[in-house]
Amino acid sequence: MRLRLEVNGERREVDGVWEGESLLYVLRERLGLPGSKNACEQGECGSCSVYMDGILVCSCLVLAGQAEGREVVTVEGIAGGDELHPVQEAFVEAGAVQCGFCTPGFVVATHDLLRREPEPTDAEIREALAGNLCRCTGYEKILDAVRLAAQRTG
Amino acid sequence: MMRAETVPATPTRERPEAPVTRPGRIGESTTRADGVPKVTGEFEYSSDLSMDGMLWGATLRSPHPHANIWSVDTSEAEAMPGVFAVLTHEDVPGRKVYGMEIPDQPVLAWERIRYGGEPVAVVAADHPETARLALEKISVEYEVLDPLTDAQEAMKEDAPKLHLSGNVLRHVRIDHGNVAKASAEADVVVTGEYEVGMQDQAFLGPESGLAVPDGEGGVDLYISTQWLHVDRDQVAESLGLPPEMVRLTLSGVGGAFGGREDLSMQVHACLLALHTERPVKMVYNREESFYGHVHRHPAKMSYEHGATKSGELVYVKARFVLDGGAYASSSMAVCLNAATFACGPYKVPNAEVESYLAYTNNPPCGAMRGFGAVQACFGHESQMDKLAEALGMDPVELRVKNAIEPGDRFPFGQEVPPPAPVVEILERVKAMPMPEEKEVMGRDLRELPGGVSNTTHGEGVRRGVGYAVSFKNIGFSAGFDDYSTARVILSIEDGEPLVRVHTAAAEVGQGLVTLQAQIARTELGVERVAVLQADTRVGSAGSTSASRQSYVTGGAVKKACEAVRERLFERVREELGEDSGDLSVENGDVVSGGEVVLPLSEVLDEEIEETVEYRHKPTYPPDENGQGDVHVQFAFSAHRAVVEVDVELGLVRVVELATAQDVGKAMNPQALEGQIEGGVAQGLGLALLEEIQIKDGRIQNASFTDYLLPTTLDMPSVKMDILELADPEAPYGLKGVGEPPTISSTPAIVAALRDATGRELPRVPVKPEQIVGIAKKPPDAPPQPGSAGYAELGRLDERREQ
Ligand code: FES
Ligand code: FES
Repeated sequence: MRLRLEVNGERREVDGVWEGESLLYVLRERLGLPGSKNACEQGECGSCSVYMDGILVCSCLVLAGQAEGREVVTVEGIAGGDELHPVQEAFVEAGAVQCGFCTPGFVVATHDLLRREPEPTDAEIREALAGNLCRCTGYEKILDAVRLAAQRTG
Repeated sequence: MMRAETVPATPTRERPEAPVTRPGRIGESTTRADGVPKVTGEFEYSSDLSMDGMLWGATLRSPHPHANIWSVDTSEAEAMPGVFAVLTHEDVPGRKVYGMEIPDQPVLAWERIRYGGEPVAVVAADHPETARLALEKISVEYEVLDPLTDAQEAMKEDAPKLHLSGNVLRHVRIDHGNVAKASAEADVVVTGEYEVGMQDQAFLGPESGLAVPDGEGGVDLYISTQWLHVDRDQVAESLGLPPEMVRLTLSGVGGAFGGREDLSMQVHACLLALHTERPVKMVYNREESFYGHVHRHPAKMSYEHGATKSGELVYVKARFVLDGGAYASSSMAVCLNAATFACGPYKVPNAEVESYLAYTNNPPCGAMRGFGAVQACFGHESQMDKLAEALGMDPVELRVKNAIEPGDRFPFGQEVPPPAPVVEILERVKAMPMPEEKEVMGRDLRELPGGVSNTTHGEGVRRGVGYAVSFKNIGFSAGFDDYSTARVILSIEDGEPLVRVHTAAAEVGQGLVTLQAQIARTELGVERVAVLQADTRVGSAGSTSASRQSYVTGGAVKKACEAVRERLFERVREELGEDSGDLSVENGDVVSGGEVVLPLSEVLDEEIEETVEYRHKPTYPPDENGQGDVHVQFAFSAHRAVVEVDVELGLVRVVELATAQDVGKAMNPQALEGQIEGGVAQGLGLALLEEIQIKDGRIQNASFTDYLLPTTLDMPSVKMDILELADPEAPYGLKGVGEPPTISSTPAIVAALRDATGRELPRVPVKPEQIVGIAKKPPDAPPQPGSAGYAELGRLDERREQ
């Protein structure tokens, strides 16, 4: 099938999409955007988090066809231009990145949290990010990064 | 087997350029060189690779844990449009088995299946879904056999042999002092039976890689692994190629924790690429990942501790049975490790330790963070608490009283090298301020066990505190030639000095790329450093495991930098005369007596390059009594856990974890803290959540829906006290740090649960039904409707299957 959608502000069109493909697969394998990750493909780890029409979704759970005509923003579209977004900057500075496989998902989820709640409490941060798994950091430095980003953008 | 009709021009991949980074010497918190590409999504993991004309590989796995294979028919799969190759064991041109210690694992099974999920055939197709459908078209005729799933049973004389060599893969015995005599002298004796379930590394980045044929019969493999050279050698063996025709480049690795030490899809992807003459990518999904790598050994442990009335240990008897699963992997070393750590970091004058490792039809087990010490620590620390209780002593006081010290001997005969700050870390962790205890009733739900599930408002909630201490060997042991190779180049690029560091050491997330750059900056006084992509064009760095890379590859980079510096100073002396004083390099200038004598640019018309190997001191295999200088270095850590338990529902909230650890030298403090926090989280996982559940040899929970990992809601903050007591034999005095946090965190949490509930809790992970006292451990067989205790005992997941 043919799929038309907007990704990171650009209109994209892909042909030959098999109906069973997920949005995650299309992004990674057909649109050259492998930033969204594929750790479980079951909606459990959040590493594939993207915005669809402004709503945070697990792109592994969205069928490609469901994204027809929608606006998708991936981790590659979080920064405007060459500058890092403050959330990204905070993740690097706070040491929130180890292997980094969870990082794109956390960056998008944190971006979403701070948009909704610019000054989250620790309990709110923990709750908002409970759908994102990280196996390396034990989360503390990720919380540090969120606090730092909140401070800078709030 | 089929061959591609058309042969495309030999594809090549562009090598990503190594980023040049600037500030950060050793001892300074330095941000990661790969941090920026990782937050923007540009960093290329092995599952992100793609090339024009690339095919997708997929693996057919046995649904049975134990079976004979009578026939495999691939014809229907081969005939499918879009399918380019279907390969079986017949297509493996070289050695048909692999394995790091003992090559006993088939690349593709023939005749016999020994575990559920064992690979039987591989397919390459133009779409992953086509490949998956082709797998369904391969017909395999199995004769299903009864699986041998209990390690104790497998060790019996009359058990069916899973391998020609029998089912006991290794038996280590440590005989120290005279236990028979000593047992008469003990005033107090405590015994215990403990069990550790099968934990998974659960790295987030799935097994994956891209194999690219070179058009001349060789292959390039871009891969996430822990040890490029051991992969290369095994792949070359199985492909029947000389090692130089198989080149490996490390691709982005999404975590490892031991689970990437063995091969997974490496040989398969290369076979498919060579057969189809096209690049072939393989990516496991999460379910397949559970079948695709080895796990932590489940253990059954029996202990007997004897002590005097005043609490001095008199003897320890321990017997371990570790389940190795179907193939050897690194089980031999795990078996020895478990034995050497069985008694804990204590003075034990008499000890008798038996450690057995058996083959079964369970999934193969091998390396995971902590490597045998995790299981042993849960056993010895549970025993120390039991002993303290029997003696009416404070558990920390008992540990301090028996703590091992430099100059003592471990039960395996090796002298304890300094520093060994067991007393100090215990005292420090105890002295850390306790977390505030808010009135339970009326708290924010998020601060109660069960959280917003709204299971309690504070009623039935009890607090508990527990302690544990552990030690772990750093580096490869028992006579292994453990070395690393580093190549360092100092040159002037774009008018400025630049150091390039090249090793084959796998960065798996721990921060080794940053550390290598810090060392180069420190040793060569140059700001700009590029750490080149790890690959097999340089000598082996050994494995990223056993917490060894900072020590061994760090040592190699340091030594290579020193060699480069020596050559640089020779040039300076040629230029300025022999009496140019004590030379050093600072900020890109050669300095003598505090004065700049020459800018580097004047002596570096020609770059300086050195390649060196670095080895730590030799180790020796144990003798027949389990005695010997088996290990290189020991790292110690202690943990305190504070938990709150809903004793009616068995729900737990870990309030805080505190740790003290000796690291020798904090090379990159921020990264070090992160590694400790992450390690503690894995220990928490083993204490409360993580277990691969196996029934009749089959994994029941191969997904992140059913295999539970700690989330932000499970993992508390970690208070830490980092000691820097230099090891005189190690580079910069450093000690490996990766594993210790994972080891004693588990028993500390369980000790806290026992404190809160008064229950025995002899098994990890601890399940709610054990906390509320319905069962000591999960039932061996799933309860049937109508069977005694069914209503109370049935675990939800098991009931669902009825
Ligand atoms: S990959 Fe989508 S939630 Fe895990
Ligand atoms: S940094 Fe590795 S999974 Fe989060």
